[in-house]
Amino acid sequence: MRTLRRLIRDRSALLGLIIVAALVLAAVFAWPLATFPQDVTNYDPPHRLLPPSGTYWLGTDRMGADIYSRLLFGARITILIAVVATSLAVLIGVPMGLVAGYYTNRVSDLLMRISDVFLAVPQIVLAIAIAQTLGPAIQNVILALSITYWPFWARLVYAETRSLRNEVFIEAAVALGASPLRVMALHVLPSIASSVIVRTTIGMGGTILVAAALGFLGLGPPPPTPEWGRMIAESRGFLPQAWWYATAPGVAILLVVMGFNLLGDGLRDVLDPRLRRGGADAS
Amino acid sequence: MNAPVLALRDVHMHFPIRDAWGRRTGWLRAVDGVSLSVARGEILGVVGESGCGKTTLGKTIVGIHRASSGEIRFEGNEIGALSPSAGHALRRTLQYCYQDPGASLDPHWKIGRALEEPLVIHTKLSADERRARVREVLAAVGLPEGHLDLYPHEISGGQQRRVGLARILMLRPSLVILDEPTSGLDVSVQATVLRLFLELRERFDLTYLFISHDLAVVRLVSHRIAVMYLGKVVETGETEAVFATPRHPYTQSLLAAVPVVGGRRVTEDFWLEGEPPSPGNLPTGCRFRTRCPRAEARCAAEEPELRVLADGRQAACHFA
Amino acid sequence: MQAELLSVRDLSVSFVTEGGVARVLDAVSLSLAPGEIMGLVGESGCGKTTLARAILGALPANANVRGGALLFDGRDLLTLDPSLVAEQVRGRAITFVPQDPYSSFSPLFTVGDQIMELLRWKSPGRRAGERSWSRSRRRADRERALALLRTVQLPDPEHLLRKYPHELSGGQRQRVMIAMALLPEPKLVIADEPTTALDVTIQAQILKLLRKLATERGVSVLFATHDLGTAWEICDRVTVMYAGQELETAPIADFFRAPMVPYTRLLLDSLPSSGSALRGIVGDVPSLVSPPSGCRFHPRCPRASDACRADHPAAHEPEQGHQVRCHHPHLQPAGIVAA
Repeated sequence: MRTLRRLIRDRSALLGLIIVAALVLAAVFAWPLATFPQDVTNYDPPHRLLPPSGTYWLGTDRMGADIYSRLLFGARITILIAVVATSLAVLIGVPMGLVAGYYTNRVSDLLMRISDVFLAVPQIVLAIAIAQTLGPAIQNVILALSITYWPFWARLVYAETRSLRNEVFIEAAVALGASPLRVMALHVLPSIASSVIVRTTIGMGGTILVAAALGFLGLGPPPPTPEWGRMIAESRGFLPQAWWYATAPGVAILLVVMGFNLLGDGLRDVLDPRLRRGGADAS
Repeated sequence: MNAPVLALRDVHMHFPIRDAWGRRTGWLRAVDGVSLSVARGEILGVVGESGCGKTTLGKTIVGIHRASSGEIRFEGNEIGALSPSAGHALRRTLQYCYQDPGASLDPHWKIGRALEEPLVIHTKLSADERRARVREVLAAVGLPEGHLDLYPHEISGGQQRRVGLARILMLRPSLVILDEPTSGLDVSVQATVLRLFLELRERFDLTYLFISHDLAVVRLVSHRIAVMYLGKVVETGETEAVFATPRHPYTQSLLAAVPVVGGRRVTEDFWLEGEPPSPGNLPTGCRFRTRCPRAEARCAAEEPELRVLADGRQAACHFA
Repeated sequence: MQAELLSVRDLSVSFVTEGGVARVLDAVSLSLAPGEIMGLVGESGCGKTTLARAILGALPANANVRGGALLFDGRDLLTLDPSLVAEQVRGRAITFVPQDPYSSFSPLFTVGDQIMELLRWKSPGRRAGERSWSRSRRRADRERALALLRTVQLPDPEHLLRKYPHELSGGQRQRVMIAMALLPEPKLVIADEPTTALDVTIQAQILKLLRKLATERGVSVLFATHDLGTAWEICDRVTVMYAGQELETAPIADFFRAPMVPYTRLLLDSLPSSGSALRGIVGDVPSLVSPPSGCRFHPRCPRASDACRADHPAAHEPEQGHQVRCHHPHLQPAGIVAA
């Protein structure tokens, strides 16, 4: 609760929070909010490429579908991809980092070298390669993203765990006889949770961006799924005469990525990584 | 004397020294052949200057470090060679108290939960039994029950210290290793902390291994002391006897260096010169010879063993 | 008493902190004669470090001097032109020996570079306002540095100048610090816990050295420490501080033989010595944001009365040279204190 209040006091973090909340609301209430919900799957060629108006708030696309409604349903796809892919990346990366950071032996070296290999290739290239191999489908996009993103969390958690390993309270828990699993799960993990949360928030933005890029390249979910990246790709041919066609999904991607980044930065300031210990004073 | 609670035989703890490429270039001999025994109910003071290996010795005994060689027998069981996990059951009643016990508390855990943790790990007590034990020990260290629902940063440093101690006492240890428990404390606080240690010892039948660089404090609380220099014990004996007539030249200089308020001034006649060599690069023979005013050729050639003197004390010096 | 070198009069300093305004020094007065070694003793939070920094003119940014005077050599450092203080006093007439010599050196430069940089600006051979550094002065400065390093018993000073701080031991670094404090030929050296980080055998060597050099050169030393034993070793007089107020000032022998202020007695009783009752002092050091009224020790003092709650009395001298700021000093000698 206190975290939320402090977050709201920070103006840019508040903006991020509003954007992210709006995205979630749009996805959840896409059906009632959409003006032409049936347009996502049914086409209406007579009304194709109409500019924004009172009826079609953000104009229509080449099939005559309402862009505003398609954007709302696209938010669902975006969130689905971002949440599932990021969660998978966290689920792989965090345990890897914990184990590698907690122990100092061959296994921990091996785990970190594996993550180095993934980090050595640019994310987008690797994601394209994987998505290309598996074929265009939403689950393949998610798989490609989580496979390329987990090393970021592994690296982060590894570094944090390594430095926590020297903290007296961790050593004390070990000396007390706590099992490694217990120390990792109950002492290390809560201490690094805030950095993981921050990284995950910012990571969501990155995931959304790469997902849109895959969609743009035709590696995303196949049509008629209203995926934002694909919507931009479709608009390319009509750019001179239908400026709204590319602008709407483009601005949506921009806002959402920015929203997650602002929120992440705000969280970083608010979530003090270590609770202050009392008793310190200067004479 | 009854069977010792703790008996060390020739314990070594060597750390590899590595260069920038991770290649080993030598050994840091932090603890280099220590033999000691601690009788039940006794307070053994381990004194020495920084780098003498006293803290490493303490951490080796509780298993934070694994001894390079030697034998550590605790309550009759050999625990030195055990892996940390195998040793935990045996080490239940052997506890280590950090310099600042408050720092051993997880800042994200409420105090009540932190105090229950040792019981959760080592016993099968029910939640109610655990809470009863927590309340009992908390009262013994003089803290109100209301503190159980607070986080460490919500109480004062002195109270954190007491909570840290309470956590150590949860498992009813027989031996507690106190590592520099008074360093960094003001004297008025130090007196209170020392009194608490002594009271707890009475109440819980504790044996202490009291590691400190502060000779005045060690003299006040210990029955026997062991003086360490560069990884070795150079002298042991009853506290008062050692303070009255130190046998090893290092002990003599150490005692001579301590200011005594109202007494003669150390600065008028202090004779020891130089600083200890690095434990990664020890001199041959006696390791004190580079600073010792009595050093002779024999001291460079031959390392003196810790031997029993006529009065039952032990010293590692050719001339003791 | 001779003319005073340093006279602190009713100095009050407060710090702006998150929790409010902390009144860290509350009308503190003390004086120091030329050549005298004065101990400033007290427990953590008593304000000794703040007092030392105030005299050096090195208070942190969130500190405010709320009143009082700092007379050094007859001039008030608080009202003097700051550029004049920087030029003539700080680092020249008043120098500093820190607690932790390691963090006081830059790790990136050799010890020699750092000593020479000091001498460039603070050498006694430098004329006021001089910006250049002539070859001849440079050579003379270097010779002085080498001579002083020999005086602080550092062997092979030529070689030492080429070393980096991490290559020296703690004792060596503190010797270099003492040499650097003495190089500008100051009148006053302020030492803040200079031996706290050192082992006892090294501490004895450093104290011996500091005392010898100060006496030989007639330099005054203000020696802040929490360790009464160290104060006994080196000081001529001692002032005891508690929570930002000074309570008692006495010649060293009187101080330990016949302390008058209840706090001092309790402090001496807390010293570990054989047969000591391990009394300690009941209660905690008060918050300086909302300190107790009057004498700040009164909530913990066995002799406290309404007068103590009302005000912190001005200094008076029950005995020659023995000043107390206490309503109820013990006027009978305690008989013993410590071994």
